[in-house]
Amino acid sequence: MTEMAVGILLLLMLMGSLIALETSNLLSAVVAVGAVGAFASITFLLIGAPDIAITQMVVEVLSLIILIRATISRDLTTIDEDRDIPGLAATLIVLMAMLVFGLEALRSLPQFGAPAFTASPAAPAHRYLASGLKETGAANAVAAVILDYRGYDTLGEATVLFTSILGALAILRVSARKKRMRSRK
Amino acid sequence: MTGTEYLQEKGLSVVVKTATRWMKGFIFLYGAYIVCFGHLTPGGGFPGGVIIAATFVLITLAFGREYALGKLGKLLASELDSLGALLFLFLAAGGLYAGSKFFTNFIEKAHPTGTFRLFSAGIIPLCNISIGVKVGASLFMVFIILAVVRVVVVNGKGKLITTEKAGTK
Repeated sequence: MTEMAVGILLLLMLMGSLIALETSNLLSAVVAVGAVGAFASITFLLIGAPDIAITQMVVEVLSLIILIRATISRDLTTIDEDRDIPGLAATLIVLMAMLVFGLEALRSLPQFGAPAFTASPAAPAHRYLASGLKETGAANAVAAVILDYRGYDTLGEATVLFTSILGALAILRVSARKKRMRSRK
Repeated sequence: MTGTEYLQEKGLSVVVKTATRWMKGFIFLYGAYIVCFGHLTPGGGFPGGVIIAATFVLITLAFGREYALGKLGKLLASELDSLGALLFLFLAAGGLYAGSKFFTNFIEKAHPTGTFRLFSAGIIPLCNISIGVKVGASLFMVFIILAVVRVVVVNGKGKLITTEKAGTK
């Protein structure tokens, strides 16, 4: 039952991605991307990852708002020109190569739904599940992993976010934009 | 220039404004709940912070940028961003102070009366709160920068609409 629902959702996500790629209206493309994110959130919920589902949903909503605000305030919202043939051929060749390697990699993956990280008896996931509550006191195992066992990862993620916001502020601040517009005149 | 005129005027219709006035507190409370109970239920600092940022994004869309920046200024947002990051770092370094390794959970972990208590899991809820403050402030700043400050074409030449000049426009 779950597998069939996930299959249908994956099909819908594929359709949304194709619509987003092929439509000529930028606003429709943004909305299609949002639909893909919503289906991905439902998929995460069905296969038992509510933390990821919440994160996916709220980030999707916020990025959709930002994309729409950034899209419909621009003059150029439709793309009319055709794709050039050499670029299309190169894209197709790279995609075919990635498909071949991807199929090869897919064969070595475990069965869908099988917990890959508990395959080895020495895997750390066993310890997280068995003694995570006792060792960290957090009832949510995900919080126990990301903020206690793997705290360095979260610190790195926070650093990445901080640095990227810093870069965005430096590039997009008002005085930089004014200077760019003055030099364009 | 089709489709951009209504973005220039302050805020959306009275229906949206009224609904936002009622809903904004509840949405903020939901975000705060997701942050504070991140160690017990699904969620945590990052999604809760995004919901808190979404509250201010909703206020910005409904009431216009001056009202939202009056609630949470850009300077205050950047200060909260830095404050959250520093708080997280100090919590991690607190393990060193307590005589153990970096990122050691140095507060008592288990609640004496059992699991599923808000005050349990040591530094994990505090880390969640610091990440929530940081993510909320920084994403609101990203929205303000990307979506509110923009270049528009007036009389054939580019003109910069900023938060400072928006009142006079």
